[in-house]
Amino acid sequence: MFEELMPAFQSAYPQYRVRVIAVGSGEALRLAARGDADVVLSHSPRAEVEFMSSGRGEYRRRVMFNDFVVVGPENHTARSCGGADVIVVMTCIAELGVLFISRGDDSGTHARERDLWQASDVLPGGDWYLEAGQRMGAVLMMASEKDAYTLSDRGTYLSLSDRLQLRVASEGDPRLRNQYSVIVVRDASNADGARAFADWVVSITAQEIIGGFGVERLGRRLFSPNAEAPGK
Amino acid sequence: MDVFVDAVRQAFGLLVSGDPYLWQIIGRSLQVSGLAVFFGLLAGIPLGTWLGLARFPGRGAAVALVNTGLALPPVVVGLFVYLLLSRQGPLGGLNWLYTPSAMIAAQFVLAAPYVAAITLAAVQSVPPELRLQARALGASRWQALMLHLREARLSLMAAVAAGFGAVISEVGAVIMVGGNVHGETRVITTAIVLETRRGRFATAMALGLILLVIAFAANAFITRVQQAQPRRRRPLTS
Repeated sequence: MFEELMPAFQSAYPQYRVRVIAVGSGEALRLAARGDADVVLSHSPRAEVEFMSSGRGEYRRRVMFNDFVVVGPENHTARSCGGADVIVVMTCIAELGVLFISRGDDSGTHARERDLWQASDVLPGGDWYLEAGQRMGAVLMMASEKDAYTLSDRGTYLSLSDRLQLRVASEGDPRLRNQYSVIVVRDASNADGARAFADWVVSITAQEIIGGFGVERLGRRLFSPNAEAPGK
Repeated sequence: MDVFVDAVRQAFGLLVSGDPYLWQIIGRSLQVSGLAVFFGLLAGIPLGTWLGLARFPGRGAAVALVNTGLALPPVVVGLFVYLLLSRQGPLGGLNWLYTPSAMIAAQFVLAAPYVAAITLAAVQSVPPELRLQARALGASRWQALMLHLREARLSLMAAVAAGFGAVISEVGAVIMVGGNVHGETRVITTAIVLETRRGRFATAMALGLILLVIAFAANAFITRVQQAQPRRRRPLTS
C-alpha cells in the first residue's frame, strides 16, 4: 500500500522526506515512544490508546479498516473448525486441540489473537499451540505446511492465498474488524512533516487511493477508508 | 545510552537468575549447531583428506568448489533446504520442516565446507615425505594416513571451532527452515531478532552476550592453534 500512498504524498508535499519503516504495530509504537519515528500508522487500538493516554502522541485519527480472518487447512475433516462466530471457532480449535500457529511477536495481529482467546475463555498453550515469532507471511506459510490454523489480516492472506493450502475458517465477525489509525508523535523531530502526513492520509485524495488499493490486482479492495469527515 | 546500559545490566541479571526461557534457547542453539558440526566433521574430514592427498583430473575445480562453500550465504542455503523439505518438495515426506532436524540439515550444509576446506589445507601442510617414510618403515597405507591426520589434528580442531563459530551465529537459514517456534526451534540468533522487535532488549542482550562469549571462545581456540603451528614437531628426517 505504501508503494502507492507515498509517491502521492511526496508529489503533494515535495518538501518532506518520508522513510517508511514497515514493522508490527507494537514495535512501531515502541519506536515512536523512543523518538525514532515521527508519525505512526498502526492497528492495535489498545496499545494506541495507551500510547495516547501516556501523553506520547499529539493526536490520533482513524484512517481505514480491513478485517482479520481465521484460516485453516483446506481439507475438511472431522477435526475442522469453521463458522461466522469467531468465538465458536476459537473454542473449537482449543477443544479439539488442532494445531494453531500464533505470531507470538506482540504485533497488532498477535494482540487481537490474545483478545480472541480471552473472549473465548481459553488460555492457549500446549502441544497444539505454536508461537512462531515471525511475520504474517512466514506464519501463513508455516500454517499451510503444517495443516494448522492461524489468525491473519485479510490483505496478507489474499496476497499469498494462491500459494497456501489454506481456506478461510471464520470471517465477518465484528470482533475481527481491524482498524488502522494514524498518530502524530508528540515532540516529533519533524513535527510539521508528521502533521502534514497525518492530515493528508485522512484527506479525500488519500482515502480514494486507499479504497482503490488492490482492486486492480486482486479484484477486490483490501482496505475500506473510514477517516472522519475527510477534508481538503 | 541509558537504554544500552540498562539492557546490559538487566541482561546479566537474567543470565545469573537462570531464566528458563534464555537457557532453553541457549541449549537448543548448542544442540543444533553442535550436531551440525559433528555431521559436518563426518563428511568434511574424509572429503578434505581425499582432496588433499588424491591427484585426479578436475581436482582443482573440486577444491575451488569446497572453498566456495566457505562463503555460502546462509539465506540461500535456507532457501534450498526449505524447498527440499517443504510438503511439495522431494524430501517433504520426512516432515522435517520447522523442526530442529531441518535446522541441523541446513547448518550441516554450511559447516561441512568449513571442515573440508580446513582439513584440506591441514593435510597439505604436512610434508608428504612423512607418509612415504612411514610406509618405508613398514606402516600400512591406513597407518600412514592416520599418522598424517595425527600431524594435522590441531588444524582439524580449528576446523571444528571455525565451523561451529560460523553456524551458531547464523540466522538466515535457521529462521527459514526452523520457523523460530517457541520452545522448539528458537535459537539464540532468531530469539535476538524477535526480542529486539518486541522491545525486550534485556533478553536480546543476554542472548547476544552469550553468543559473543561463544564466538570469542571459538576464535581464541583457533588463534591458539595457529600460534602453536610453527612449533609443531618436525617430520622424521633421514
